[in-house]
Amino acid sequence: MGDWLDANLVGVVNGFAIGFLLFIVAVGLSLVFGMMDVLNLAHGALFLTGAYVGAAVVGGDASWGGFLGALGLAAGLGLAGGVLLSALTEPLRRRSHLDQALLTLGVTLVVAELLVIAYGDDPLSVGAPPGLDGSVPVLGAAYPVYRLALIGVGALLAVAVFVLVERTDMGALIRATVADRDMVAAIGVDNRLVRVRVFAAGSMLAATAGVLGGPIYGARPGLDATILILALVVVVVGGLGSVRGALVGALLIGQVDSLGRSLLPDAAPFVLFGSLALVLVLRPQGLFGGRGVARA
Amino acid sequence: MDGQPAGDAEERSAATDAERRSMAREAEPRPRGQETAQRPVGPEAEGRPVGREAQPRSVARTARHGPLLPAGLAAAVVAGLAAAPLFLAPFATTTLTRILVFALLAVSLDLLVGVSGLPSLGHAAYFGAGAYAAGWISIHTTSAVPLPLLAGAATGALAAAATGWVAVRAHGVYFLMLTLALGELLHQLAQTWDSVTGGANGMAAIPSAELGGEPLRLAGYVYWYVLAAALLGFLTLWLVARSPYGAALRGIRDNEPRMRALGYPTRIYKYAAFVLAGAVAGAAGGLLAAQERLVTPADLGFTTAALALLAVVIGGAGSLWGAALGAALVILVRDVIGPDLDGHGTLLLGVVFIAVVYLLPRGAAGLVRRRGR
Repeated sequence: MGDWLDANLVGVVNGFAIGFLLFIVAVGLSLVFGMMDVLNLAHGALFLTGAYVGAAVVGGDASWGGFLGALGLAAGLGLAGGVLLSALTEPLRRRSHLDQALLTLGVTLVVAELLVIAYGDDPLSVGAPPGLDGSVPVLGAAYPVYRLALIGVGALLAVAVFVLVERTDMGALIRATVADRDMVAAIGVDNRLVRVRVFAAGSMLAATAGVLGGPIYGARPGLDATILILALVVVVVGGLGSVRGALVGALLIGQVDSLGRSLLPDAAPFVLFGSLALVLVLRPQGLFGGRGVARA
Repeated sequence: MDGQPAGDAEERSAATDAERRSMAREAEPRPRGQETAQRPVGPEAEGRPVGREAQPRSVARTARHGPLLPAGLAAAVVAGLAAAPLFLAPFATTTLTRILVFALLAVSLDLLVGVSGLPSLGHAAYFGAGAYAAGWISIHTTSAVPLPLLAGAATGALAAAATGWVAVRAHGVYFLMLTLALGELLHQLAQTWDSVTGGANGMAAIPSAELGGEPLRLAGYVYWYVLAAALLGFLTLWLVARSPYGAALRGIRDNEPRMRALGYPTRIYKYAAFVLAGAVAGAAGGLLAAQERLVTPADLGFTTAALALLAVVIGGAGSLWGAALGAALVILVRDVIGPDLDGHGTLLLGVVFIAVVYLLPRGAAGLVRRRGR
């Protein structure tokens, strides 16, 4: 066990870095679906927008000002995008999931193509801010400091979201809306504003995750689909509409993805699919999904 | 039923009357599959929404008209398609070939989306798997005509069988998510499995299909080969859709618990539809390999799957012929109008996507026939 850990520690730590990043992306997707019954396939496009903001503002040699500026800009764009998406999907509330999926798919195609027009087809890299761009020895192996910092930031954000959703009045309203939308409306709560806010906040998190993930993933066409798929797997594994599920699912999928790539490089997609299939067969509603949500 | 423009007063009252009667019929026990088995199939027959479709009156009306008009129309279309290369320039013939390949993919997807109510976002995976298999057989064994096509269909069916059993366990939005994830995983596999697929560069230099030892080099010959195979595929799907099995799939789409209560093994039915659609998509992939002679991971990708779905939705899910028309429109935008936009046809298609969702909720076929969700 000790030997195994020594050999794979880098993979495990990588898994945590990816896991926290995935949580930041997936929690918005999960809550938006849980609250509004909207499958937002444009979530990956929001991440991609953030990644390109990072590439454009920060570029190869990063400064703290540039990095924080990029985070702020991405957060603003994410907020605006979330409000826009919420307005776009509102008229489709009574229609099928397929219609919402198609709409957000169309938005994804448009956004991704606009980004290609603006920045070209080539992958762009994003530097880590100074002080975080080096590496530190972790049990004898050099490890990028930025990924450790990402774990810290991700954990902080996870705690913040968790406290907000599980411990505040606003969070109680969100959870109640996830559990039974119609009942919340029936007792006289106008949850339209809550819906828009959750959509905006989730989108903001996805866009900032794009900047945060920049030093790892860079910015390239097709990244939106990769991230969207990972986030969907996280949400399905964790259970729709559950913050706890998104966190556990993200950390799990982060490990599976990272260790799968380092231990079984050829079979990595199968490992990911295998864990998804396993969870679905054993617990179709996801690890933390309520039965009501699973039936939706 | 919402969003349906109101007709004149008489029409409206007839509709409510019919709906009331149909609701009364709903309450009665009924021998298995009676309603769905009698439901007419095809553009001509589906001119009325679900509530009225089940009326004996509408069935009788269809029987009087007979299938003559659609059959005549289909014959005319086939004749026109067969004669097309005699009049078209090679580039136009190639574009038409692409349309046929993509139309076969779209129609196979329509069997899932429109007929069975299984909105798959990962259907391109089986298309790509078939294309790679056909390409591999052509390079390493033989490109004599039916073999690569059969290999493509078999691989598509196998891939769908291996992944579909998880997908059909899921309902609604879970199915969307799962098929999306499955498609993307196969896409990643195509990208990483260098030794077989050629990785990100794709599988290049696939030899031309051979018929009786002679390679098919001219665009027109390739076109006829693709046309013949695609028509065979369309016919298969059409026959399946109008068989009692297809009627049962429609029943599952409209009310799965009731079909289960009637004794249908709904999950096995859906699984079979998934595998069949995968096989036809794989065959379409085999045609792609024969026509492009290059297969890349993009053929399995999210964008291909999304465009196939767009074709189905533009055409109107469930009509099969609508999906083929939608495929023609998508390919025309991508390959003919796209180059004029500096290759950014995808942008235009994204806009079409958004517009279709708002403006044409039932697709082009919905302009001919309107049905409730």
